[in-house]
Amino acid sequence: MPKTAFEPSIKSRPIYGTLEPRPGKSHLMIADAEGAEAILDLAKSTPKGMFDHTHIIYIPKKTGETFTGRLRELNPAQCYVGPSYEAALPRLRRVLNDAHMGLQVYLSGSEGLMGQAMLEATNAGIPHSAIQTEHRGSTARRMQCVHCKGITEDVTTDPFQCAHCGLHLFVRDHYSRRIAAFQGVRVDAEEPGNVPEPVERFK
Amino acid sequence: MSAGTDKIAVTVTNVVPVNELVTRFRFARTDGGLMPTFSGGAHTVVEMKDGATMRLNPYSLMSDPADRTAYTISVRRDDQGRGGSLFMHRNVKPGLEMVISNPVNLFPLDLRAKKHLMIAGGIGITPFIAQIKQLAASNGNFELHYSVRTASLASYADELSTAHPTRVHIYHDDKKQVIDLENLLDGQPLGTHLYVCGPKGMIKWVRGTAEGLGWPREAVHDEEFLAPPSGKPFEVKLAVSNKVIQVGEHQSLLEAIEAAGVDAPYLCRGGACGQCETDVIGYDGKFLHNDHWLTEEQHASGKKIMPCVSRFEGKTLVLDR
Repeated sequence: MPKTAFEPSIKSRPIYGTLEPRPGKSHLMIADAEGAEAILDLAKSTPKGMFDHTHIIYIPKKTGETFTGRLRELNPAQCYVGPSYEAALPRLRRVLNDAHMGLQVYLSGSEGLMGQAMLEATNAGIPHSAIQTEHRGSTARRMQCVHCKGITEDVTTDPFQCAHCGLHLFVRDHYSRRIAAFQGVRVDAEEPGNVPEPVERFK
Repeated sequence: MSAGTDKIAVTVTNVVPVNELVTRFRFARTDGGLMPTFSGGAHTVVEMKDGATMRLNPYSLMSDPADRTAYTISVRRDDQGRGGSLFMHRNVKPGLEMVISNPVNLFPLDLRAKKHLMIAGGIGITPFIAQIKQLAASNGNFELHYSVRTASLASYADELSTAHPTRVHIYHDDKKQVIDLENLLDGQPLGTHLYVCGPKGMIKWVRGTAEGLGWPREAVHDEEFLAPPSGKPFEVKLAVSNKVIQVGEHQSLLEAIEAAGVDAPYLCRGGACGQCETDVIGYDGKFLHNDHWLTEEQHASGKKIMPCVSRFEGKTLVLDR
């Protein structure tokens, strides 16, 4: 699956690039699902020996075993394949805690995965503009309900129903780097009960 | 006209020779009031009335940013320079009334950093002295690596080492002591910001090494004030004010514009801040660009000049000023 093209939007909406090798003595690659393909594409142009100093954290989601074999064949110094981002988080935090300046971070896959990993990396002290990203796979969104603050993962329709408070929310492009989520605002605030039919906007 | 900065009338209250080359000056407000607050890394532009010549040189503030009773600067004597530092050393005595600008900070600490790694060369130590006072007051995490020619020319090295023995490291050129830069940078925890102030070669070395080791550009900060170089005199037409002016051998283009009574914007007067950027309307000749503000493409375009440090050789130069 090629990398995703997004419609131009407001300034706060994250934009993603194409992963490229950068100089550094250690490299951290974090991907979910089809994000593995961005790492495999990157590997075509990496300098010799770069994966000797690379740690891959990969969450296959629905892709199962599709990419795990090929990722391991890159012979990274460490390759962790885990069931969820939450399961990988203690490892990610430990890696960032021990890392030195010059660590290169590469994120690929869904917006939810990249946004949350970006948040950990920036909290660890890496400027957000120095972290590379490439979108692959699902365009489903990680949404925050601005009313109850609850997070709903993998939202594909607009409007959608908040998984926490049950309000019907309009999906905005307004993004919070601090929360790593787009903002969802009650769609029937003016006229309670008048909820437009949900449309599948994200896949 | 300095963009957005008021002037402060001050009296020199103290002149202290630090070593063979460096002298420290203390300025208090002539009206007895308090100085504006500043942040570590800020500089002030000192106005020097040297006979018919008006010199305006930027100097980093090195006093405690929390101390509003006075500012102090340290000036290294440059015998080959245009005369600003010699004027400070020879003519500025306690009691002299002078004018300085409000502080401007083009070299601030990034307070999001988890650690501040400072690299100083020679007189480049001065902004770090104020920054260290600021950080020490808030228990900040910093480390200074300070390269000097000899122990006798190591301005403030003893004071800094005594106050912060575990954080300050001094390197003496005459003892062949060199900062082990690659090792030093390689071992820094995530979230470290790197600051360098010193000679051009040192800044280039530190920036280049950091880039090669994968340091983000946003985490590397430098400051270098350029003194306007002397050169052949040249003539300039100022289109907006409809004046033709002569730029003297030891005068900068900005100084010549000011001497003609034309109000031009400036801040740092050292090629760093970008405030004096001026559009070129027409030219027949060669630009001598000396700033580190414009890009190489802009330098080559013949459409922009930084009059604080850059010069011109040729027949005609017309500026939008």
